Amino acid sequence: MQKVMMGNHALSWGALLSRAEVIAAYPITPQTEVVELLSNMCADGSLKAEFIKVESEHSAMAASMGASAAGARTFTATSAQGLALMHEVLHWATGARLPIVMGNINRAMAPPWTIWTEQTDSIAQRDTGWIQIYTSSIQEILDSVIQAYKVAEQIYIPAMIVLDSFVLSHTNENCEVPDQDKVDAYLPRFENAYKLDTEKPAAFGGLTGPDWYYELRYKIERDIQKALPLFEETGKEFEEMFGRYYGLIETYKLDDADVVLVTSASIASTARPVIDQMRSEGHKVGLIRIRVFRPFPSELLRKLLSGRKKVLVVDRNISFGMSGAFYAEVKAALYNVKGRPPMWGYIAGLGGRDVPMDVIKGMIEQTMKEDHPTQDIIWIGVKR
Amino acid sequence: MRYTIPEQEIMCAGHKACQGCGATLAMRYALKALGPKTMLTLPACCWSVIDGPFPYSSVGVPLFHTAFETAAAVASGIRAGLDMRGDTETNVVAWAGDGGTFDIGIQALSGTVERNDNVIYVCYDNEAYMNTGVQRSSATPWGAVTSTTPPRHFKQERKKDMMAIMAAHGIPYTASASVAYAEDLIRKVNKAKQIPGSKFLHIIAPCPPGWRSSPEITIQLARLVVQTHMFPLYEIYEGRYYKLSMDPKKKPLTEYLKPQGRFRHLTEEQVAEIDRQVDERYARLKEQAERSKPWFEAKKEKKD
Repeated sequence: MQKVMMGNHALSWGALLSRAEVIAAYPITPQTEVVELLSNMCADGSLKAEFIKVESEHSAMAASMGASAAGARTFTATSAQGLALMHEVLHWATGARLPIVMGNINRAMAPPWTIWTEQTDSIAQRDTGWIQIYTSSIQEILDSVIQAYKVAEQIYIPAMIVLDSFVLSHTNENCEVPDQDKVDAYLPRFENAYKLDTEKPAAFGGLTGPDWYYELRYKIERDIQKALPLFEETGKEFEEMFGRYYGLIETYKLDDADVVLVTSASIASTARPVIDQMRSEGHKVGLIRIRVFRPFPSELLRKLLSGRKKVLVVDRNISFGMSGAFYAEVKAALYNVKGRPPMWGYIAGLGGRDVPMDVIKGMIEQTMKEDHPTQDIIWIGVKR
Repeated sequence: MRYTIPEQEIMCAGHKACQGCGATLAMRYALKALGPKTMLTLPACCWSVIDGPFPYSSVGVPLFHTAFETAAAVASGIRAGLDMRGDTETNVVAWAGDGGTFDIGIQALSGTVERNDNVIYVCYDNEAYMNTGVQRSSATPWGAVTSTTPPRHFKQERKKDMMAIMAAHGIPYTASASVAYAEDLIRKVNKAKQIPGSKFLHIIAPCPPGWRSSPEITIQLARLVVQTHMFPLYEIYEGRYYKLSMDPKKKPLTEYLKPQGRFRHLTEEQVAEIDRQVDERYARLKEQAERSKPWFEAKKEKKD
């Protein structure tokens, strides 16, 4: 079925097709349409789920944990302040090994009050142990919900699907809605092997000393690393069934590129025609869109970026006192590689500032002009 | 006398509680009534230590440890998850201390009971943050000394009326209980099991280290707190209809206060102030119970 829908509704449709059984959510702009549509889906019976209309995002994640621990497939969605309020419980969901899937609409953090897009909200949660998928189209949002459950439930690690506020959340695109029976074949019913069970009573999350805590953390890291091959495997399987592939990254005109632009989310969509334009002007430029930020695809990036002449990373987020997060992590991944290219780090589009084609082109041209980067953050068009 | 307390022990020995811990008795009795088809969620509280370190547990039912503010919300989630998988029978119980109920957990609790989610919320109340070393909570009574309300600046605020707050949500069943009255406590847990919707049980649980009392008088204190009208035992149906579980002749307040180090500093005038507060509250409660009588009689007639 073809359907024109907004990014937020793509999340709802993803949850519907994944047969989410419990939804616990609290409204926040720009996420509200996700939960409104899910409420309607529950009300008209098209989605057989219990929707817990909680009193806060903190409780949204807490109730999601309870439902997942009881063995149900669980979905929630939030944004910015709501995600920040969840912070404590995000750690808990990972430690409790509950494969909850959540949509997060990237909105800049207050103050000052703002509702426009920026990734700092989700970047601030990168150390909670959640898988993070940064999407760049409405179709990808819908498909990513289904794939996220498939990955998360195999390794008992929760997953976050991230989309730009308004640019994706409120933009309508034509979308292929997969057939339910095919989704059912791709994504079997969730069986939580470690659920709360009165036949096998056990305590989960009790006081643990230094003699075991270390091992439990090791196991989380070991298992989230399994997501790297799993995204490629489940992506291929998805492609066989639905004709669309989703892996860790997406490349565009990369093969012979001397200068590579690395970015994420909707900026990557704008960058594609810039690459085309500059190619037609004779420049060997290419693009990498990082889709899965946690776990970070370090090995793949080492393979694709070593030996290039120059790399520029465009971040729509900032880790104050350091740099953009994608820039810092790409640099870190390549540090021990022979022939690592010099890297430029641009910060653009904070608080929803538009990042049009000419701005992206300007960043590539500046990179080509300079021999070496001279600063960790290059600001674009900032009013000083 | 008929023996009304189930013999089955679901809680086991070897737990990590202090000597004379009232919270431990509360769990033991409650589990006897709840039975093995029960799931517990515990926020940070004494019981998150009492149950034992990983991988041990002292309760013979599944237990989900959770963050301080989240017991009620997690219970709502477990209920929804079980319901969706076709299990509407298992009791879902949030088991929290007074800090996790009166203070940091009150928002999630209000959310859960406002939705009338089908869970039992039990607050075992030892009247301060005992697990972290006896800091005052909003459940600490007026006049008490804690590590954050020293004798020269003892607690100047009255104990929050959590029962009234729960009743104001209009939930089907709210009840107070004491570990000294095991039959009454078990009867109330059994009632909570049978009523659909949100149930709130408020159990007073003496804490020897926190109350600075001898472990061997825990039961005595848990009885005196009721007999002095400091902690009356009553039920509230539908958030409106009050019923006193017992109406003991009031014993002198000093019998309850004196054995506890946390009240040792109080002057006669200050004890009189507590007495005044206790009488005022008890009179209000009796009035509410009196006004509710026709409702209970009508209910009884309906049954007959």
